[in-house]
Amino acid sequence: MSSCGAPEQGNALPAGIDPGKEVVLNGKVTNSGSPVAGAFVRLLDGTGEFTAEVVSSPEGDFRFFAAPGSWTVRALHRTGNGESRVTAEGPGLHEVAVAVG
Amino acid sequence: MSREDVLVTAAWAEENLQTSGVVFVEVDEDASAYDTGHIPGAVKVDWRQDLQDPVRRDFVDRAGFEKLLSARGIGNDDTVVLYGGNNNWFAAYAYWYFKLYGHQAVKLLDGGRKKWELDGRPLDTEAVSRPETTYSAKEQDTSLRAFRQEAIDAIGNKNLVDVRSPDEFSGKLAAPAHLPQEQAQVKGHIPGALNVPWSKAANEDGTFKSNDELLALYKEAGLDESKSTIAYCRIGERSSHTWFALHELLGLSDVKNYDGSWTEYGSLVGVPVETGA
Repeated sequence: MSSCGAPEQGNALPAGIDPGKEVVLNGKVTNSGSPVAGAFVRLLDGTGEFTAEVVSSPEGDFRFFAAPGSWTVRALHRTGNGESRVTAEGPGLHEVAVAVG
Repeated sequence: MSREDVLVTAAWAEENLQTSGVVFVEVDEDASAYDTGHIPGAVKVDWRQDLQDPVRRDFVDRAGFEKLLSARGIGNDDTVVLYGGNNNWFAAYAYWYFKLYGHQAVKLLDGGRKKWELDGRPLDTEAVSRPETTYSAKEQDTSLRAFRQEAIDAIGNKNLVDVRSPDEFSGKLAAPAHLPQEQAQVKGHIPGALNVPWSKAANEDGTFKSNDELLALYKEAGLDESKSTIAYCRIGERSSHTWFALHELLGLSDVKNYDGSWTEYGSLVGVPVETGA
């Protein structure tokens, strides 16, 4: 049984994850172009409903395993908040960048 | 019971870091979070290592809980303030354990690590050691814990509150969206369950919504206050968060957490399962 905890965030997909099957939303949180570590990154569905949250890695990276659809990625940090939208038509790696500040 | 009896603000916590008889405990699923910085003086409890049985699927027994708290230097008379990452999921889970084993004074830090960090409050990496105690736990209070047969018997009789995300509830996803979707059990929910995602009970910064907002939320979803309630999720920690809102904040009577949750129910043979929203 895996926990509901936050797995390590980063660009490389964990072993056993098939981007041909999973809808992966991958991205980076930045402030004035610099990576923001420790931001609380929230995935909201097409209706704005909260779906999941992770903490960005030391390099500002985050990743979600989602389903096809429209998503909003919202980042909270003590230096500021920000959000971006992304639409995933199907399985694969979908990049999304979020600027805060 | 008032809100202040079960929940403390980050401001209160910061003012009481040195208060004798108050012990801060960080509970995380990701044990490395504590090591990168914790509330000054807080001790660590690891959800998996410290709170789960190492072999069976169950949590630590009474003797194990006594041993854990004694080693962490927590006494029966201490006020325990729990906090953690992930919007206090595992801190709420630990809170439920403390109540199950009869600890009197236990509170959650409203907003957990997230609120603390967003406020820019102090974290340090100092090693924390507290003198060992001889902690004495009570027998598990099963009036707070639902087992699988109770979940089945609750269909059509009690409020069943499924606190997972709408996509997990409908059967579209098997796990939260930040985790790989590898689970093998069937997808869906217990028939008749209300879907009130745990996150609706929390603000963006991780603090709990007001009692008025919480009551409106569950009533609007169809919760019948005259009936008993069982909350469940996937493995029982998100539902501890909702159990806290229903039982500790709103003071509803007979609210149980079903810690077997969907990973147990969705693997049972012959039980009814519903899919769709």
